[in-house]
Amino acid sequence: MPIHEKSLIRPENLAVHEHLEIEGIDVSGHWSTFIGSRVVTDYNEALEEEIAALPGGEFIHRCWQCGSCTNSCTVNALNPDFNPRYWIYLIRTGMEAELLRDKDIIWQCVSCHKCTHVCPRDVVPEGVMKATAHWLELKGHTPKSRSMIFDEVFSEQVFQTGKIEDGRVIMRFFKRSGQALLQPWLVEMARRMLRNLPLGLMTRMGLASLIKPRTSGWGDARAAIREYVDERQAHHRKALGLDASPGLDASPRLDDLVQAAKEI
Amino acid sequence: MSDKQPKSGKQKYAEVAYYPGCALEGTGHAYNRSTKALGKALGLKLKEVENWNCCGAMEVKNIDPKLQTYLSSRVMSIAANKMKMDTVMAPCNGCYHNLKKAEYELSSDEKSREVVERLSQKAGHATYQVGQVETIHALDWIKEAIGEDGLRERVKNSLQGIRIANYYGCMYTRPRHIFPEKDQGPGSESTSKPHFMDDLLEAAGAENVDFPLKTACCGGAHTLSDSDTSTRLVANILQAAEAAGAEVIATECPTCHSGLEMHQIRAESTLGLKTHVKIIYFTQLLGLALGLKPKAVGLHENVSDSFAFVKEKGLA
Repeated sequence: MPIHEKSLIRPENLAVHEHLEIEGIDVSGHWSTFIGSRVVTDYNEALEEEIAALPGGEFIHRCWQCGSCTNSCTVNALNPDFNPRYWIYLIRTGMEAELLRDKDIIWQCVSCHKCTHVCPRDVVPEGVMKATAHWLELKGHTPKSRSMIFDEVFSEQVFQTGKIEDGRVIMRFFKRSGQALLQPWLVEMARRMLRNLPLGLMTRMGLASLIKPRTSGWGDARAAIREYVDERQAHHRKALGLDASPGLDASPRLDDLVQAAKEI
Repeated sequence: MSDKQPKSGKQKYAEVAYYPGCALEGTGHAYNRSTKALGKALGLKLKEVENWNCCGAMEVKNIDPKLQTYLSSRVMSIAANKMKMDTVMAPCNGCYHNLKKAEYELSSDEKSREVVERLSQKAGHATYQVGQVETIHALDWIKEAIGEDGLRERVKNSLQGIRIANYYGCMYTRPRHIFPEKDQGPGSESTSKPHFMDDLLEAAGAENVDFPLKTACCGGAHTLSDSDTSTRLVANILQAAEAAGAEVIATECPTCHSGLEMHQIRAESTLGLKTHVKIIYFTQLLGLALGLKPKAVGLHENVSDSFAFVKEKGLA
């Protein structure tokens, strides 16, 4: 059975009769299960266009459903529900409701580029995954994923100073995603890291976290990047029929933090 | 020990622009230290790219790929136009990948060229032009400038008897179209079965194991944002390396390296999986083979503690 028809055999689409007699013949058992007929009417015809308007989604129209992406996918090997080929199919056919069933895992793409490497049509499925995760967040179907929060914290620092300092990115990420910094395994890692370090080096690292590394004369680049980012974000939101941009610096919504706190 | 010039005649990479990138100034400092020490020991000159910026990494690409192209192009522009260099060497897989990707985008996509032109002008520096520099990885650098024979001549402490799994990760080979020089037959790097690191370590005496997960993903992109997935992916890599008989996983990327180290520890607590394989940069291994001291190659900066191991193997 093709995967796009598997929805038909979900429990809610099956009718099972304990005792069933048809024209005097007892057909209980295997013969008593029926697939309810379904006519799809709830298409979102704009779905493909919206995904294609976001960075990474540009080439989704090239897909001919060979399945190489899913076949090569790192995350699919861990979770069979993570299925790029299927999502591309759903997006291209406008089956938004079906896509939304998987909304909480799409952001988990690890960008290993195996799909992009093997795709015979240069769809860049990895980009489509990012665009789809982005679309879900912009449309309010999912809270900002931790991955997106990380991308934003990281990018803000690059835009601001030209460089990142990984200690600061990590601290800000944990703070903004509402997680405790002192995760036991991170503490253990820090302990092992410091084990062999001479004092001089520790001092240097300590200083690096106080004195932010930065690219000098970055001001003009920063202004140009900010202007470009604002312009693109306004463009994306318009393409999705949303109000003006809340900007990259927008703090996470309160419910994101509550949600993140619950997960710990 | 290093006054000998490379014999191979491959002078092309004897002096290159060096782009360490952000990770090598932070968690990947051991890679920075060992790359510089290795270059010095081999008589190769590194001129750090002046006033460089972040290549954009995975994160800026996720916000906007063309912005990542711009950030990478600025680094190449400085190397070409300010420093008059024709080769940029980036040891970090992420930086290397991004500079290659920028080159590809700029040569194939008009819109990317427009964005880079516009941002470069506003930022006040020369716009990078396709073909001005060649971006290479630290593996290409040693392989081309010194080569296996050159290494063999210089080895003081052979890595003989050390069983190594060579781990290349994702960004060094994928996707294929941004690496036009790979898969070009004998002598070139392979995107499906990369071997440059194997070749170099073997020349230094190591015994490479048959490792099936050379280009598997460590989940580095989500090391912190989806730690459970990363831990499972790293656990696969560690277990496969040990099953292949490896004592060491050699790395050539700071994100992979710290991902393996972090999740080796995390796998102990979340999966109850204890693995003993050591995680060491290939530059550290080559440096030790050339007779450099463990601290000179930053072994003390690794989380994975391999001091006792290298001592036992007669490398310190």
